[in-house]
Amino acid sequence: MNPHTLGCIEAGTPCCVPVPHLSIENLAVSYGDTPVLSDVSLDIYKGCITALIGPSGCGKTSFLNALNRLTDLIPGARVEGRLRLVDGANSLDLLDPGLDVRALRRRVGMIFQRPNPFPLSIRRNLELPLREHGMRRADALAHKIETALSDVGLWEEVRDRLDAPALALSGGQQQRLCIARALVLEPEILLMDEPCSALDPIASGVVEEMIQSLSGRYTVVIVTHNLAQARRIGNYAAFFWMRERIGQLVEFGRCRQIFDAPVHPATAAYIGGMRG
Amino acid sequence: MHSVPGDRLFGLALWGAALSVAAVFAWLFVDLARLGLGALSWDFITTAPENAGRDGGIASILVSTLLILGVAVGVAAPVGLGAAVWLNTYTRAGGGTGRRIRLALDGLAGMPSIVFGLFGNAFFSVYLGLGFSILSGGLTLAAMILPVFIRTVEAGLGAVDDGWRRGAAALGLTQSAALAHVILPAAAPAIGAGLMLGIGRAAAETAALIFTSGYVDRMPESLSDSGRALAVHIYDLSMNVAGGDTHAAASALVLVALVACANLLAVALSRRLLTRRLAL
Amino acid sequence: MNRSADALLAPLTAAMAGAAALLLAGMLGFLLAESWPALAHGGWLRFVGLAWYPLEGHFGLAAMCIATLAVAALAILLAAPLGLACALFARFQAPPALAAGFRGLLALMAGVPSVVYGFWGLTVLVPLVARWQPPGASLFTAGLVLALMILPTVALLAHAALAAVPRSLLDGAAALGLTQRATLLKVAVPAARRGIAGGVLLGLARALGETMAVLMVAGNVVQLPASVFDPVRVLTANIALEMAYATGTHRAGLFVSGLLLALLVLGLAWFAARLEPRHA
Repeated sequence: MNPHTLGCIEAGTPCCVPVPHLSIENLAVSYGDTPVLSDVSLDIYKGCITALIGPSGCGKTSFLNALNRLTDLIPGARVEGRLRLVDGANSLDLLDPGLDVRALRRRVGMIFQRPNPFPLSIRRNLELPLREHGMRRADALAHKIETALSDVGLWEEVRDRLDAPALALSGGQQQRLCIARALVLEPEILLMDEPCSALDPIASGVVEEMIQSLSGRYTVVIVTHNLAQARRIGNYAAFFWMRERIGQLVEFGRCRQIFDAPVHPATAAYIGGMRG
Repeated sequence: MHSVPGDRLFGLALWGAALSVAAVFAWLFVDLARLGLGALSWDFITTAPENAGRDGGIASILVSTLLILGVAVGVAAPVGLGAAVWLNTYTRAGGGTGRRIRLALDGLAGMPSIVFGLFGNAFFSVYLGLGFSILSGGLTLAAMILPVFIRTVEAGLGAVDDGWRRGAAALGLTQSAALAHVILPAAAPAIGAGLMLGIGRAAAETAALIFTSGYVDRMPESLSDSGRALAVHIYDLSMNVAGGDTHAAASALVLVALVACANLLAVALSRRLLTRRLAL
Repeated sequence: MNRSADALLAPLTAAMAGAAALLLAGMLGFLLAESWPALAHGGWLRFVGLAWYPLEGHFGLAAMCIATLAVAALAILLAAPLGLACALFARFQAPPALAAGFRGLLALMAGVPSVVYGFWGLTVLVPLVARWQPPGASLFTAGLVLALMILPTVALLAHAALAAVPRSLLDGAAALGLTQRATLLKVAVPAARRGIAGGVLLGLARALGETMAVLMVAGNVVQLPASVFDPVRVLTANIALEMAYATGTHRAGLFVSGLLLALLVLGLAWFAARLEPRHA
């Protein structure tokens, strides 16, 4: 038996092997002179779903944005520490200023809290990233689009109206389209920033189920304020908390351990408080 | 409402002010219509002016006006779009250069049109040797409408949902691709509104044109010919041509209609931008 | 679209933004260069006098400067209170449908070309004033026409400022049992004062810089007016009237007056910018 195999995890897909996919050491993020996150060290495991939990404003979104260098878009944002994308024996320094950010973002997709399909047709939403990454052949495009839409369970719903405006879709459909738009580039890692929080409960359930089906194939890092959801879909959980107005990682571990036997008192209080 | 007498009087004063302003404007329009409507016809628009404009129509003048506007918009639109994109994309962090450029643009926007005329005459007509020509006039107007256009488009770009920008970046799209396929199309109503505002302002302009594009009322054969704009025509007819009032009024009606259309279109386009944002 | 397009994007758009901003510097530079022949011989002092006989070397701008300021002052004195009253009417007094219509009228009037105002002033207002106070074309008529021209701008900007006053502030005043007059004049107007002042300053800048509307109704005699019914010539009109035939030092003298206008308006714009609320 593989020594790293954790055995069955109650919540989530059967099991996954803790092979680091993203390796993070002493990560700190600051905006201008204001530090928002400091001293974060953890490994994100390949093929697993890692849920980031904790109160608002404790740096979870900043952490997520650092992972695909979306922090570059924020004026004055600074990321320090070590952040590596591990791929077998190779590892890529993600904080290297000379890094090809476009190639990185192709490997690390992102889903936002508010669905943000472009004001284009459904088809063009998926075609645009493919074309921009150099795919031009019509049959290959069509095939990839169908695959991505099927993966998010949207194909049957929209196959007859691919040229309809994406903004005409419902909120849940829009969010699944955004996930398809990320999947169509065949990324290894998906970052999700509260992907269900702007949706109604039914749509939220559909999206959640879909995310769960992604585990194993993709490495997923998901920020969520819904602890029940984190417990349902997460393999691992990371609890963030504020200390002296700076966000910090307090506890990281298997989902079941974090929820059932938290080590740190802040974790216990947060989970207990949310439950009670 | 049981109002005190002073309050009643104040309300009446407001009504009085508004009604008198509306009445004066109505008076102006009625005068214009009374004087010019009789001369207004399809022939007026399609025939050349004769006898210094007292007879005939305004065909060559309309053509000159449209050519001047075409040059102005053709130059101001691409430059203004580029400038607005730069201001919107690269000066988000604040910074001195962006602030200084915006300040310069605001200064430029308030400059009297006659000063643009002087500059256009000195720079385009004399220094660049373009003489009195449609090109000189159009370029002068381009300089004049540029600041307003830039600020309108910049505001439109600023109103574009940031989620799209971040979504495009997260997909690894280049900045130019995001602009071309997502951001600029989303800001299209603002760009249209800026253009229409500029066209409205340029079409109404007289002082900047009298010594750049000149007075010649013949049909222009090329952009290097002098051409008389509609506003200049009205000025000339009413100031320098005895008995030109009827045609001046008719031309004024055409000009007011042109400018009003441009402004209405600008309002409609910016409203579309607003509703589109609300629809999200 | 590939990465090389992205590498071009920043410098290309920056160049456009830079070019747009450099337009201001270029404009001032050209005005100065063209003014130089007049400034170099005799310096500023020769422009201080009252006599404007450019062909004989007398370049006194004082009379025209005073006329410019007097006409603009008269216009703003009429347009500011009336414009504010119109804005208060449209915001608080008029029934909603009427308010929308009234705002539409103001927007339409704001877009009417100045040459049309001038034409109307020339054909209607001047004869009317002449019957009462000949010769009709005068400082008074020019101020009237200009007031009419800038009133819509002042009113629309004041309306926008009033519309931005939070409802809660007005409700609070009403809850205290204040009369409508007190609510509007003591609460709403003070709360919107920056926006209103900005509109008045913009109107003033337009009045100072207007050429056509004034030129057509002011009589254009270079003199210090003894009464408001005397004809006067303003700086802008002087440029428009004489540029056509001016050469040498005379032309340079006209550019000096252009430079003076530009600096005047820039000073006003700087003042207006200082009025704007600082962003937190």
